[in-house]
Parts: sequence; structure tokens; C-alpha cells
Amino acid sequence: MTKKIGTGTYVFQNPVEVSAFASIVGQKEKEGPLGKYFTKYSYDEYFKQDSFEKAESFMQKEVLNDVIQKEQISPQDIDFIFAGDLLNQCAGSNFSVRDTPVQFFGLYGACSTMAEGTILAAMTIDGDFAQRAIALTSSHFCSAERQFRFPLEYGSQRTPSSQWTVTGSGCVLLSKSKNKENPHIKDCCPGVVCDMGVTDMNNMGAAMAPAAALTIRRYFDDTKTKPEAYDLIVTGDLGKEGKEMLKILLKKDGISFGKEYDDCGTMIYDCEKQDVHSGGSGCGCSASVLTAYILPNMIKKKYKEVLFITTGALMNPNTSLQGESIPGIAHLVHFSMN
Amino acid sequence: MKSEEYNELVKKVSPKSPILKDTLFAFLIGGTICTIGQLLYTIYYEVAKLSVTDAKTYVSITLILLSALLTGIGIYDKIAKIGGAGTLVPITGFANAMVSPALEFKAEGFVLGLGTKIFAIAGPVIVYGTTASVIYGIIYYFISKFTV
Repeated sequence: MTKKIGTGTYVFQNPVEVSAFASIVGQKEKEGPLGKYFTKYSYDEYFKQDSFEKAESFMQKEVLNDVIQKEQISPQDIDFIFAGDLLNQCAGSNFSVRDTPVQFFGLYGACSTMAEGTILAAMTIDGDFAQRAIALTSSHFCSAERQFRFPLEYGSQRTPSSQWTVTGSGCVLLSKSKNKENPHIKDCCPGVVCDMGVTDMNNMGAAMAPAAALTIRRYFDDTKTKPEAYDLIVTGDLGKEGKEMLKILLKKDGISFGKEYDDCGTMIYDCEKQDVHSGGSGCGCSASVLTAYILPNMIKKKYKEVLFITTGALMNPNTSLQGESIPGIAHLVHFSMN
Repeated sequence: MKSEEYNELVKKVSPKSPILKDTLFAFLIGGTICTIGQLLYTIYYEVAKLSVTDAKTYVSITLILLSALLTGIGIYDKIAKIGGAGTLVPITGFANAMVSPALEFKAEGFVLGLGTKIFAIAGPVIVYGTTASVIYGIIYYFISKFTV
């Protein structure tokens, strides 16, 4: 049977269970509004490693081991790992899984990686290619800064619309449904690359908002649902400006968000007090908010229906210097407790 | 929505940099750095009795040392966050632009890491600074030749 409805929303024949999840963050995230939900954290930005890249891989390894332990399985019981990060050649993920003998797919979806990996893992399971699959991602403020901006100690001012890369990692273990008390993935809507010609690397939210609007509109059209049907609709890392732009774009399409809408980038930090300007960004932003806040609160029955839309800005520093605009993408996953 | 239309909208929604505040702080902090320089000059010239040229060189060396030190202990970038161009324009900004990549890229080794990346920020200043001085020199040469 076909699982595709409308323009490209995929309904799983058997909803896929989120059977375990784990997160880890750094100091700024622990001190943010969601601090009490982050049980695993480090105030050492090196995580006791000798480089920021190693620290990032260490975070991934930690959350990967955590989910394996929580599920009381061995790595051999996992069929696939889908992982990605922001470093060149996805080095963060490649190094984090090198001691784990599991079939591995490296992904680059920029900050959209969490939903991208989750969709692929869920599809693999519902397609009977796997019993268990993992989606894993991370970002680290210091390793991202050196890749995309200036050295840490270089004195510069950040533009008001710039965002702060989250130091954090998140991992979900998906499996064929056994336990009805766990959140399940009912359907998903993979994104389409969308470029509205924004060239400002310091305004990623505005560059990604059109992609988010496109995915959300397609999803509501395909499923014939409305925002009111969900307890929480959360975008990955649009930040303050991106959030505004998304609302404006959706309003033009006749979709209006109420209280149920929020953005991981503005949830994870207190934008004013923590001096992060527009909010958080990075793969670890949506990943840590999903695994530390959203999924646990679904199990506690605070949220029953959640739309998780991660957004990625698909440029690299060279394309931006060459004057290219920033293509965006947004992947949507529907988590449900029913 | 068209791309131009969208970009107009983005401009409207995005906050602007507080230019007046930034300029004021740049003036105050940049001015403070220059005042420290003047103070050093007075000490070297009046108290230590150095020649004008030596005193000026010593001022530059001291400011570079201070800036490198403050960069190393993680204070310079905090001052720069408030000072902006005020910390960028004086010679201290140049020292910071050299020391910060040196610290950062030490992890990739002293030759291909530190050695290659140390000019990542200061490079353009050196390239276009020397080019400009050559052009200036040529113009000066002709003007002085024909006017004397």
C-alpha cells in the first residue's frame, strides 16, 4: 500500500515507537529556561577532551551510550544509526560512532538533522528494514564558531539578528511498537529546499522561515488538519526574527498559530538575559530540546500531539563569501501519544 | 511571495544595530585606549627620557603586549563586545586579530594550524595596507618631484 498522501506526507502503516532518548548540554543551556530538564551537562566546554571537535564527538558518544543502556540492549541489536552534525565532512558523527559496530549513515542537513535522521530511521523501521534504528546529532558552540565565524577570542560585535550555536547533543532510539506508553511517530513530511534569496549569514532565521512555512503548509494541506489539532508545534531554530517571519508567511496562506507554537531556539535560552540575541541554533538545539523537554513531557501526558519541525540553513562559508543566497530546508515529524 | 518582496519584509522585521549607542561606546573605549597610549608616551618621553622615535615605538610595543595579554586571558573580546570599532581600529585590535587565531588553531599543530591560520583575520589588513602604502609612495614621489 502507498504511504504517501498529498504532496509528500508519509503516514506510517505501524506508528514507530520512540523507545529511548537522551540528551547532554553545556553550561549556557543548563543555565537557560529549560535548565531543570537537562539532567546531563558539563560546565567544561571541552568536556574533559583536548579539542572542541573531540568534545562534540564525546557528547554524541555519551547520548548514544545512554540510549543503549536505557533500552538494555547491546549495539548489535541496533540496525542503523543516522547521524550528522555541522563540522566539515560530518566529522563529529563519524568519530562518535567509530567504536560502535552498527551500520551507519552520515547526514548533512545543517540544523534540520534531528528530524531528518528521525524520519529516515522511522521509514527504515516501518519499511521492515530494521527493528531498531537511531537518530543522533550534535552541535558545539566553539567548534561551530571556528568553522563558520571568527576565533573565540577575537573581539567582534554580533549583529542583533544573529543566533548562538547550542552546545548539546540529542539521540533517539526508534523501534517497532511494543510499549503504548511511549510516544509514537505517526507521520512525517520531509522538506523541500527553498531559497528566497536571503544572503545575510547573520539572519539565518529569516533564511529558513520560508522553508518551514512551505513544509508546514504542505503538511496541513496533505493531512487536512489545523494547528489547533496539536498541543505543541515547535520549529527547530528560527530564533526571534525567524519565528516572526514564519508567522507572517503562514498568515498569508491562511494558517494562524496560537499559543501552541514555539521555537526551540527561543525556548532554550533567555534571549535578553543570556545575551544570545535572536536565540539558539545548531543541530543540538532542536535535538536537546526534543530529548530533554518535549519527549519526557509527552510521556508525562503534558503534550499528546506534537509537530516537530527542524530547520536547516544549507550554505557553507565559501558560498556565502561568493555572494550566494542561503537555501533553507525544514523536515516535519509528528509525534503522538495516541 | 517574490524574493524581493520577502527580503523587504525581512528588513522590516529584523532589528537594526543600535548605531548611536555603538558609536558612543566605540568613541569612549577607543578614546580610552588612545589616552593610555598618550600616557605611556608621556612616561617614556618625559620620565624615561627616551627619544621621540623610541618613545613612540615603545608605546606601540606596550599596547600590543597588553592587547595580546588581555586576549590570552579572555578579556579583550569582552571589551570589544562593547567597544566595537573602538577596540578594532587602534593597534590593539591588530594584536587581537593575530593572537586570537593563534590561540584557536594551536589545536591543529604549530605549523599547519597556528602558522597558516594566524593571518586569517589580519591578512587582508597587511595585504591592502602595504599595497596602499606603495600607491601612496608612488603618488608622493611624483608630487614631490614636480612641485619642487
